[in-house]
Amino acid sequence: MSIPGSEDQPVASLDNVSVRFGAQEALRDVSASFAPGAVGLLGPNGAGKSTLLKVLLGFVTPTAGRMDVLGIDVAAHPQRIRARLGYMPESDGHIPGMNAVSFVAYCGQLAGLPRSDAMQRAHEVLHYVGLGEARYRNTETYSTGMKQRIKLAQALVHDPDLLFLDEPTNGMDPKGREEMLELVVDLATRKSVNLILSSHLLPDVEATCDRVVVMHQGTVATQGSIADLKGLRRQVFEVRIKGDVDTFIAALEAEGAECHGTGEDLLRVLVTPDQGPRDLFSLAARQQVQVRHLRPSVPTLEDVFAEAIGEE
Amino acid sequence: MTPIHDQSYRRYTGVRQEPGTAWLVIAATGIRTVLTKKFFWLVLLAAWGQFFVRAVMFYLSANFSNLDLLAPSVETFRQFFEIQEIFVLFVTVYVGSGLIANDRRSNALQIYLSKPLTRAEYVAGKLGTLLFFLLLVTLVPALMLLFLEMMFSASLAFVGANLFLLPAITLYALVEVLLSAFTMLALSSLSTSARYTAMLYAGVVLFTAAVFGIVNGITNSSSLAWLSFRANLDQIGDVIFRLQPRFESPWLLSVVVVALLIGLSVWVLERRVRGVEVVT
Repeated sequence: MSIPGSEDQPVASLDNVSVRFGAQEALRDVSASFAPGAVGLLGPNGAGKSTLLKVLLGFVTPTAGRMDVLGIDVAAHPQRIRARLGYMPESDGHIPGMNAVSFVAYCGQLAGLPRSDAMQRAHEVLHYVGLGEARYRNTETYSTGMKQRIKLAQALVHDPDLLFLDEPTNGMDPKGREEMLELVVDLATRKSVNLILSSHLLPDVEATCDRVVVMHQGTVATQGSIADLKGLRRQVFEVRIKGDVDTFIAALEAEGAECHGTGEDLLRVLVTPDQGPRDLFSLAARQQVQVRHLRPSVPTLEDVFAEAIGEE
Repeated sequence: MTPIHDQSYRRYTGVRQEPGTAWLVIAATGIRTVLTKKFFWLVLLAAWGQFFVRAVMFYLSANFSNLDLLAPSVETFRQFFEIQEIFVLFVTVYVGSGLIANDRRSNALQIYLSKPLTRAEYVAGKLGTLLFFLLLVTLVPALMLLFLEMMFSASLAFVGANLFLLPAITLYALVEVLLSAFTMLALSSLSTSARYTAMLYAGVVLFTAAVFGIVNGITNSSSLAWLSFRANLDQIGDVIFRLQPRFESPWLLSVVVVALLIGLSVWVLERRVRGVEVVT
């Protein structure tokens, strides 16, 4: 299976994978492919992003389907895969009673590094993630941002070929978040580490990834390169109106356009290729609303996301 | 602009061990962690107290003919294990209660299991830590006592007359420590609190002993000894050391109960040690 436009072998792929937890279907017939480099796994909370990562790690056995990671069948050789994977979990995780350098070195040893190499790499990656000065502190005393960094360090210590980052900027202050994203970009671009970044934060994914897999309600809503997906089949306009907004949105949607708010009083309207500004004005006239602002806009990842999951 | 930290990360080109040895890392780290606690050294010293006393007794009996009273017998080794029971309980609670519970509390299981190791390896590593210390207060001193007896008496007469003693010591120590370790690990996997796990384990041991004691007192019969965690071990121990079983219940029933407890513990561990907890 390959993504259109992808020239390289995918680092991970899922073929019709379904996962059920009791009565709830967490993943439904998911087929996705993660190309080398940085791929964003995007979706709202509960979309199935973390479940997908856990399935690829072998934590959860799917009820149907097949998966490959780094060309290895997950069901057949989960340990071989995990030897080449780094996983930064979403929730805090540490080994009680250890300082940072012992913890990271221990993780290196668990991943198969000799003790002396693991200790050396622990120092290196702790410096790399910005915890060099705090590496002899007990990890239980760390702040939320530091806990995120040490989770990245333990995932990196054995030099994985593929990193799974599950919400890596959760709970971080703006500066820390920016630094974390810089590290992610550095890993993907300069250190040749492939990574899958799971996040519900569009700016994080847009800042770090070339490609994206958008998930919604346990299924893949869309996937591909962000650049391609942004070149939407639709034009995007920013519109501000005076009048009954709900009626105007309903009329737009009846004409085949999509509309979502920006958090201000602006609407982002995705129109079909055969529609243009003139159609918007005439529609507004028919609905007796005033168009106060109308400007063509550049498609964003948010538009891709909104179009994929049909969000208003 | 290239950040300074760019220099501090490089790809690893050294050797990597094949999967399958991570349990040794877990066990060794667990052992080192416990040995950093000064209080535990006092516990170990106390646990070896009996060994030193008996070693002196063996020496005296071997060198002074009027002190034959102190000469070792099969009962001596059986009694040795009975006295060590309290230390087995203490070490099990002190070392074992937090082994999995603390990992569950701090979400460490997902860190462990994201590395190239199986759930069985994780449990084996934790089991290794606990078994090391339990054997250190049971099998190791008992075997050393047997060795000292040979050294002090400069004769193989005692060992020759009791050839079964070496395997009996080994077998009983293994039964005792495996039952204690598996039960404790299973309880530890059920909780996120080491303290609660410790109380639960001590409760299981003491409560079952109390129930048996009450039933025994009322009925004046020990046919329900299999109800007690410790009584089962005592019963099996008597048989292994070729002594008259002390309770009326069939010793085979005690073997079945011990096997069932270990089996139940393995089942609990299989259910609880997972990289992701699924609540349906």
